[in-house]
Amino acid sequence: MTDIVATAPPRFARTRATLRRMFANRSFMLGAILFGFICLATLFGPMLIPTDPNALSIRNRFQPPSLTFLLGTDNLGRDMLARVLYGARLSLAIGLAVILLNALFGVLLGALAGYYRRLDNILMRIADALMAFPAVLLAIGIAAALGPSAMTAVIALSVVYIPRTARVVRASILVVRELDYVQAARAAGATDLRILWKHILPNCMAPLIVQLSFVFAYAILSEAVLSFLGLGAPPTVPSWGVLISEGRTYMREATWLTLVPGIAIAITVLGLNLLGDGLRDVLDPRMKVEQG
Amino acid sequence: MIGYTISRLLQAIPILILVSLMAFGIIYLIPGDAATVIGGPSATAEDLAQIRANLGLDQPLYMQIVTFYTNLFQGDLGRSLMLGIPVTEAIIQRSPITIGVAIYSLVITIVLGLVTGIIAALNHNRWIDQAATIFALIGVSLPNFWLALVLIVLFSVQLGWLPTGGYIPFTTDPWGWLRTTTLPALSLALLQAGLLTRITRSTMLEVLSQDYIRTARAKGLSEWVVVGKHALANVMMPVVTVLGLILSVLLSGSIVIESIFGVPGIGALLGNAISSRDYPMIQGGLLFVTAALLLLNIVVDVLYTWLDPRIRVGGGK
Repeated sequence: MTDIVATAPPRFARTRATLRRMFANRSFMLGAILFGFICLATLFGPMLIPTDPNALSIRNRFQPPSLTFLLGTDNLGRDMLARVLYGARLSLAIGLAVILLNALFGVLLGALAGYYRRLDNILMRIADALMAFPAVLLAIGIAAALGPSAMTAVIALSVVYIPRTARVVRASILVVRELDYVQAARAAGATDLRILWKHILPNCMAPLIVQLSFVFAYAILSEAVLSFLGLGAPPTVPSWGVLISEGRTYMREATWLTLVPGIAIAITVLGLNLLGDGLRDVLDPRMKVEQG
Repeated sequence: MIGYTISRLLQAIPILILVSLMAFGIIYLIPGDAATVIGGPSATAEDLAQIRANLGLDQPLYMQIVTFYTNLFQGDLGRSLMLGIPVTEAIIQRSPITIGVAIYSLVITIVLGLVTGIIAALNHNRWIDQAATIFALIGVSLPNFWLALVLIVLFSVQLGWLPTGGYIPFTTDPWGWLRTTTLPALSLALLQAGLLTRITRSTMLEVLSQDYIRTARAKGLSEWVVVGKHALANVMMPVVTVLGLILSVLLSGSIVIESIFGVPGIGALLGNAISSRDYPMIQGGLLFVTAALLLLNIVVDVLYTWLDPRIRVGGGK
């Protein structure tokens, strides 16, 4: 009988196989197209449509969508297309900041809890308490205390979602740390930091990436709620939530003012959800996370 | 069963202590001097001193914590700055309204989510399945306050079927209650129904592929009996698991939804408290809703062990 030598395939081949499976995944591709479209529009839209989102034109107030004004104009004659494109910058930037903070602190706290059992109890009890609050409600509470600003929204949403991300990281570290090759590394005299960084964390990336794509989606939705309540970005900067809240006053006569930013949010969040679903199927089929 | 319930209740105590400490700490997140922020620019020195005395901010921190917990155990969450009545009283007055809407919304969620999920699973890979999957995905991707506005435009402004807002208590006029709460309940329910559809569909697909379903079909039972009796019992389990999550989203969603529709429940109470910087109300409301959810989650878990004999026999963990 020949010995079965268990070596991992070279990294390059594995990456290529994963990429191939991603491109074959319908959910992932559709999500990538939707979210990619929003990202491109956010990055390059303001260059292609150089209309000033704050340019007033009383003559053109409440213009319904037409060829001149593709998405219509608002109560002050401002071009909605330009406003939605500029609003996207803020909404996406807040979402991005939240997932970056989630990646940083989620990994840090998750790794501490998963690797050092003594810290685990304290950290996870705090996480339990933070997660006992309904997500949006806690964000609203924190934002109400900190006072309205885009920074407030980032802090509030990070506090809400970091415990959830840390839990995901911790859960996968608990599994990986018991594997033979980690024991081998330990026996070889590797330091804790090296084991965590070089051997454990790379194998916990899949659930983390999936989690972050969902956190991005939740952050966009929750940011809209905060802005709608006047707890996010100030009204001078048109984030999507602010636009919906402004449009609400003229809902009867100018429905598009409310519809357009809401559809923008829906496309973004739908794209991210599909992306997350697809990534989960490809990277980590066992994982099932639903959260509120 | 009773042992399990007690152990779950005991586990909730440290969480409740931490949760209450966090709710208490929210006032320390206010940048600068809390009294100045609450009093606003027109507040005089006496006003500020009064606010500090009312909130206990003139006491040392440990005394504030001791007072907070002493009062908390007596059911005293402080006095609302805006309404001038005790926070507990305001919450007790308003909760029945929110509970009513939440139950209505929960019923819509469960019926819609279960029915769509089951129909999707029974028509696996056909167009109905695709449509239901898309409905569910869009459902979890919409901001609920935006959906509320769209529903108002559609059903109140365009069709004129339902009022745009307001609230009529059930006890004065049940029909009026139904008319005023349908849109709020629907805006809260549609998104949750999306989540439930996804879960119901995947569970139903799993259940339908199992041996005992094949046996039931082989016995010549009608599809109705197979699905309605044999499969449904097992599909209900995941529904119970996500119940806690659904309730949590329902309650946090009610802040915006109740404010939009002018339903005077706890959500609107908190919404007003936020815009008028009524911090005792915000703290109290946050604490109350979270504690209520913790308890509801325990009830759900106990219900789960009661419904699923496998867990019950396994020692209830």
